[in-house]
Amino acid sequence: MRAAEYVRASSAEEAVGLVAGNPDAAFLGGGTNLVDHLKLGVARPDLLVDVRRLPFGGVEQQDGPDGPVLRIGAGVPNSDLAADPVVRGRLPVLARALLAGASGQIRHQATTGGNLLQRTRCVYFQDVTTPCNKREPGSGCSAAGGYGRYNAILGASETCVATHPSDLAVALAALDAVVVTLGTDGERRVPMADLHRLPEDAPERDTTLAHGELVTAVEVPLTDVARRSTYTKVRDRASYAFALVSVAAALDLDGDTVREVRLAWGGVAHKPWRARRAEEALTGAVLDEAGIEAAVAAELSDAVTDDQTAYKVPMLTGATVQTLLDLAAEETA
Amino acid sequence: MTADPVQHTPTPIRVRSVGTRLERVDGLEKVTGRAGYAVEHGADDGFDGALVAWLVTSTVARGRVTSVDTAAAAAHDGVVAVLDHTSAPRLADTDDGELAILQDPQVHFRGQVVALVLAETAESAREAASLVEVSYDVEEHEAELTEEAATYRPDSVNPAFDTDSDTGDVDAALAEAAVVVDEEYRTPHEHNNPMEPHATTAVWRSDGDGEVLDLVDSTQAVHGVASTLAPMLGLEQDQVRVRAPYVGGGFGSKGQPHAHVVAAALAARHVSPRPVRLAVTRQQMFALTGYRTATISRMRLGADADGRLTAIEHRVFEQSSKVKEFAEQTAVPTRMLYAAPNRRTSHRLAMLDVAVPSWMRAPGEMPGVFAHEVAMDELAQACGLDPVELRLRNEPDVDPETGNPWNNRRLPECLHRGAERFGWAGRPAEARATLEGDWWVGTGMAAATYPAYRQGGNAARVTALDGGRYAVAIGAVDIGTGARTVLTQIAADALEVGTDAVDLEVGDTRLPSASVAGGSSGTASWGSTIVAAAQAFRERHGDDPGAGAEVLAEAADDPLGTDVAFHSFGAVFAEARVHRRTGEVRVPRLFGVYSVGRVVNPVTAHSQLVGGLVMGLSAALFEESWRDARFGHVVTQDLASYHVAAHADVRDVDAEWLEESDDAFSPMGARGIGEIGIVGTAAAVVNAAHHATGVRVRSLPVTADHFLGGR
Repeated sequence: MRAAEYVRASSAEEAVGLVAGNPDAAFLGGGTNLVDHLKLGVARPDLLVDVRRLPFGGVEQQDGPDGPVLRIGAGVPNSDLAADPVVRGRLPVLARALLAGASGQIRHQATTGGNLLQRTRCVYFQDVTTPCNKREPGSGCSAAGGYGRYNAILGASETCVATHPSDLAVALAALDAVVVTLGTDGERRVPMADLHRLPEDAPERDTTLAHGELVTAVEVPLTDVARRSTYTKVRDRASYAFALVSVAAALDLDGDTVREVRLAWGGVAHKPWRARRAEEALTGAVLDEAGIEAAVAAELSDAVTDDQTAYKVPMLTGATVQTLLDLAAEETA
Repeated sequence: MTADPVQHTPTPIRVRSVGTRLERVDGLEKVTGRAGYAVEHGADDGFDGALVAWLVTSTVARGRVTSVDTAAAAAHDGVVAVLDHTSAPRLADTDDGELAILQDPQVHFRGQVVALVLAETAESAREAASLVEVSYDVEEHEAELTEEAATYRPDSVNPAFDTDSDTGDVDAALAEAAVVVDEEYRTPHEHNNPMEPHATTAVWRSDGDGEVLDLVDSTQAVHGVASTLAPMLGLEQDQVRVRAPYVGGGFGSKGQPHAHVVAAALAARHVSPRPVRLAVTRQQMFALTGYRTATISRMRLGADADGRLTAIEHRVFEQSSKVKEFAEQTAVPTRMLYAAPNRRTSHRLAMLDVAVPSWMRAPGEMPGVFAHEVAMDELAQACGLDPVELRLRNEPDVDPETGNPWNNRRLPECLHRGAERFGWAGRPAEARATLEGDWWVGTGMAAATYPAYRQGGNAARVTALDGGRYAVAIGAVDIGTGARTVLTQIAADALEVGTDAVDLEVGDTRLPSASVAGGSSGTASWGSTIVAAAQAFRERHGDDPGAGAEVLAEAADDPLGTDVAFHSFGAVFAEARVHRRTGEVRVPRLFGVYSVGRVVNPVTAHSQLVGGLVMGLSAALFEESWRDARFGHVVTQDLASYHVAAHADVRDVDAEWLEESDDAFSPMGARGIGEIGIVGTAAAVVNAAHHATGVRVRSLPVTADHFLGGR
């Protein structure tokens, strides 16, 4: 047996200190991804710091400087968050993204913080007998030229074409959520857009967090536009599969005209992809199929595809059209 | 044990329990967790203090092991031994390239066993296995199946069919045909993935009787494991005892022993008399325990303007492993499914540096009938005929290949009844005719067939017990199908007693010999033998035998004569919905009607047929073992990336059967039901997706991207 020390942290500060002080330490939340990695040999920590019992459990409304926010403790299970009445009523995209993910059993075990920090399911990342720059920097990327159905089409680099697997993160990106962390230098607030990073030449780093920096909460602005929001997840299997592509959207219409729109995509990049170019193209215009297609095309003008990922362009276009037209229909209903 | 078995020709039984819904006799053990699977046996079963074996597998596809550094692994806590090709016990027979592991440094495919670790716990063994450093002389490998590479002509195809067939003049008939379909169809590599991984508990004892290897194995054939392993290990068959009390599925992958059983035996010999437990991991199963080869089918159908076939040609290109040949009989069902005066089939293999393919539920029929039945749908379209009508017009009067009469070919009744129950009538003739909300909706169908086999090599023993009870013993294996239950019913009816008066024993080589739970032949083969033994018992001992009266018998009519064609048939109907914007495919309805002889137990039979339909649905929509030819192994090697149908995909799936009894085939009137449910199902789904969208998909799985113009 490979021995790893297990510590149940009694405070966040203790947890941060333990992990920050040991490059081979890891936080343990729900364990739904990390335990797989321990078995596969992808992760080989010698210290596991269990943060499950820390007081990061609540979901509560708070008044922020820019209006009301929903503060979600990092330890809140995905299943609880999806069932929260405020989430269901005011942030439907969040509830739907959560319920589109994993299985009932996994959602019950998985935490909010852990969901955001889960790692790519690229088959080569998970197979220690093949080269992977994310797992072993400098070893090469097997996914480029290999099994590529889930590969990125935006923001990939020569070193890595992996996609981020979280549904929750895509919804939070659309909602301009802020991630609250605790590090050795104290608390920090990281906008969702800045939490995950593109691979560039350091694909081993999924996020901008320092080693030992602990997610303690997520704050989601309770905006009006978020009331009319939804999540579309496209996949071959009807449940229990990662997205081929996904769309998180929120829409506020003035008649036929878009007053405000939020759009984020999953399954296309190393991070949740906030489609700001598409949002700009749509805002102030009449919402129709042709307009949405043009907006998606503008966002995808930098997309790079191959034989195995070319389908993602029409699929993402179709899914975005469907999502926004459904939201518009909801608004007029 | 009684001496030589009595030869008795079984006669049709008077059914009482057979045909009724007897609950699974082992249901309580299973749902309460008391059923012990292969590595759940300890001191109570003679496996005290078992070590855990963990396999180390090659990370190159071809080459030679130059060194195995076991120092770090051997020094790891709890490790008892590390074996490699230099240190493992020698085998007496190394002819089987798949099974002759740890005997030489050759690496034949990526994922081959190159070492194993024995430790006190699974955790120690697993970690130590990762510490074994194997060095290789790497050689160039070939792992990509292409039509061009498939040039090898096997001597026969599984299990012993002619490789090629050629009747009439196919080319001339095609040249004159009013309508021709000439297309290529592909199926991917698929892995069986039973819920219980392959697993073995083994102990090698030397006692007064000499050496004995005692195994509990997750297998479909206890006698098959013993007869395969014994000569390899230099033992007589009766020195190898194999038990399989409970097995969590096999789908053919446990029909023959794979390398891990040899590994467990070698490990047990090395640490004798300590027992060893070895469970193959899910990832290792993708290299070590068999799979269905990918297939490329070149189909040419010629027909007159009325849709009557004049020519059928089915040329198959598939692969096998250089280290052991397995030729899937993909075109064999094409030889008998429909009438056509001119027919030609062939099988060619690419011999690659890849893992060894083997049996997976309906080998041959599944990929072959997929190709043929999608081609038939294309022919119906080309002829402007209803697909059901096209099949009816091509019914053969006799088996086209042999000229033998059909015993009981009721495909037309399956087609008629299926069409009626499914609501086929009124279907739009044109494709892409129905849009409901955002979903294109269509329906499709396909025929199904599977040969009916009764295997030889079976014997059963009936022993009178006190109080009017009977012990009935046969070394059959219940792999989760319900064999224990239906054999109890058959034995009870054959003895003319209640099922509660029968103590059935199965799953042990100490019981009379039994054939494999495979080829949909188990119930018919074992059941006929039990009937023979029960009838011979009554003849000899009468209705009121003394306790201890006993008969061991074989069915004297095995093998059945070859002058009649015994096959089961079915018709599968599917509704498919394809999202007009995302291409997602869903199958809300799937329905099969089957002619399978008498159904022994409607509950377990329904599970088998519906299970087959679900597995066919899964193959249609999801399953694909993606081999990365650069490395040589399958990279979708877990259930997160090798998708099988989940609950949300399985909606309204149902199966029915014709009420019948095939008394010419077996004394119960039953044929087999284990495999036919997967046959034709993927074709029905693909045909339905075409009807929904107008897009013809000719390769599996039929994923969303096919409908987005991106492929």
